[in-house]
Amino acid sequence: MAGLVYYSSGSGNTARFIAALGLPADRIPVRPADPMPTPAAPFVLVCPTYADGQGNGAVPKQVIAFLNDPARRALIRGVIAAGNRNFGATFALAGKVIAQKCNVPLLYSFELAGTETDIARVRTGLDRFWGAECLTP
Amino acid sequence: MKDMITPLAVPRAINWNRLQDDKDLEVWNRLTVNFWLPEKVPLSNDVQSWAMLRPEERTLTIRVFTGLTLLDTIQNTVGAPALMPDAQTPHEEAVLTNIAFMEAVHARSYSSIFSTLCSTKEVDEAFRWSEDNPHLQAKARAILTEYAPGADPLKRKIASVFLESFLFYSGFYLPMFWSSRGRLTNTADLIRLIIRDEAVHGYYVGYKFQRALERESEARKAELKDYAFALMFDLYDIEAKYSAELYDGIGLTEDVKAFLHYNANKALQNLGYEPLFPPAACEVNPAILAALSPDSENHDFFSGSGSSYVIGKAVATQDEDWDF
Repeated sequence: MAGLVYYSSGSGNTARFIAALGLPADRIPVRPADPMPTPAAPFVLVCPTYADGQGNGAVPKQVIAFLNDPARRALIRGVIAAGNRNFGATFALAGKVIAQKCNVPLLYSFELAGTETDIARVRTGLDRFWGAECLTP
Repeated sequence: MKDMITPLAVPRAINWNRLQDDKDLEVWNRLTVNFWLPEKVPLSNDVQSWAMLRPEERTLTIRVFTGLTLLDTIQNTVGAPALMPDAQTPHEEAVLTNIAFMEAVHARSYSSIFSTLCSTKEVDEAFRWSEDNPHLQAKARAILTEYAPGADPLKRKIASVFLESFLFYSGFYLPMFWSSRGRLTNTADLIRLIIRDEAVHGYYVGYKFQRALERESEARKAELKDYAFALMFDLYDIEAKYSAELYDGIGLTEDVKAFLHYNANKALQNLGYEPLFPPAACEVNPAILAALSPDSENHDFFSGSGSSYVIGKAVATQDEDWDF
């Protein structure tokens, strides 16, 4: 069964989004010393954005470390990005960077911990996405 | 006699290579990289656009900016300094000094807009208006009460996040609206720099609030949550009246209110709380959202409604590629 992998820092916004989604998900640890999740099946990555005004540093270091492993990277099928529109053009930039690096679609972007509407859209969207994925092995 | 005097406490020299909280350095770096001054924005390119606004639109714009100036002044001189004694790490104090200074830059930049676009008489009148406006004064007082010495440190953080992430937005709406109509676009660029800074400030103080909350009892957590929602109700009530007074004349009050609901929810999320206003009340005019984050689409691959579909060209992924 396909799943979710996510990163959330101390502010906990993405973790609250995942909790509200209510789907099984593995968390990439905040501390580099802690063990990385080892997904056994394809997954969608949910990742917040930390870009500066120039767009540097959008993807958290721990997410880069997670994707650096070829075996884990081979299983990513899509990315969902979090951010804040108040950051202007760099809103949810991490999603675009990961989509490009990993050659997967950017499925959705939301702000902070998401809204009810975001949760509903992502839940239905993932259902349909995994359904379609199964038909195209 | 000399030895009877309590020696002055000397702070420990700050060592940025020994962090108690990595978030302090992360936010310090973000704020310092994002540093800007109003001189960098070519405001004078808006002179023609300004001349095309109707007189009542100009008055509204100047009033909105004096209101924003007051909030930035409060954060600069009272708000950020008031948070410093509550800091848990020396690095947090240093970050707060940066926040305090940038608030001074924000307050100063409205005067740059005024000196570029407006007459002294118009500006003086607007400052007088702001001093006499009961709603603007009421929201300033509501926040200042929480910043007072001896007030609850966690309630102070709640008030600070509400100012940074909620109270500015009745004002920020207008330059975003003008920008969506192709008016005052350079001024909007400057305001977007302010919005970006305030977003980091609200995020950081909200993060520190959540860390502090973890150490509190369940009863105290419940008390603070009740307090936060009650304060939000009070501030919203003031903001609704303030917005009506400003925007009724150009028929935008309902549009502004949707933007207020949306930002109130985001302010609560910065504190780790759930939203207050239901999605139906938060449907912000898409033109305003687009003005907030230009060049950034809202991707919804699932519903196929995103205007651009992002999928990478096949990039051979070398590990060094990930050294962003």
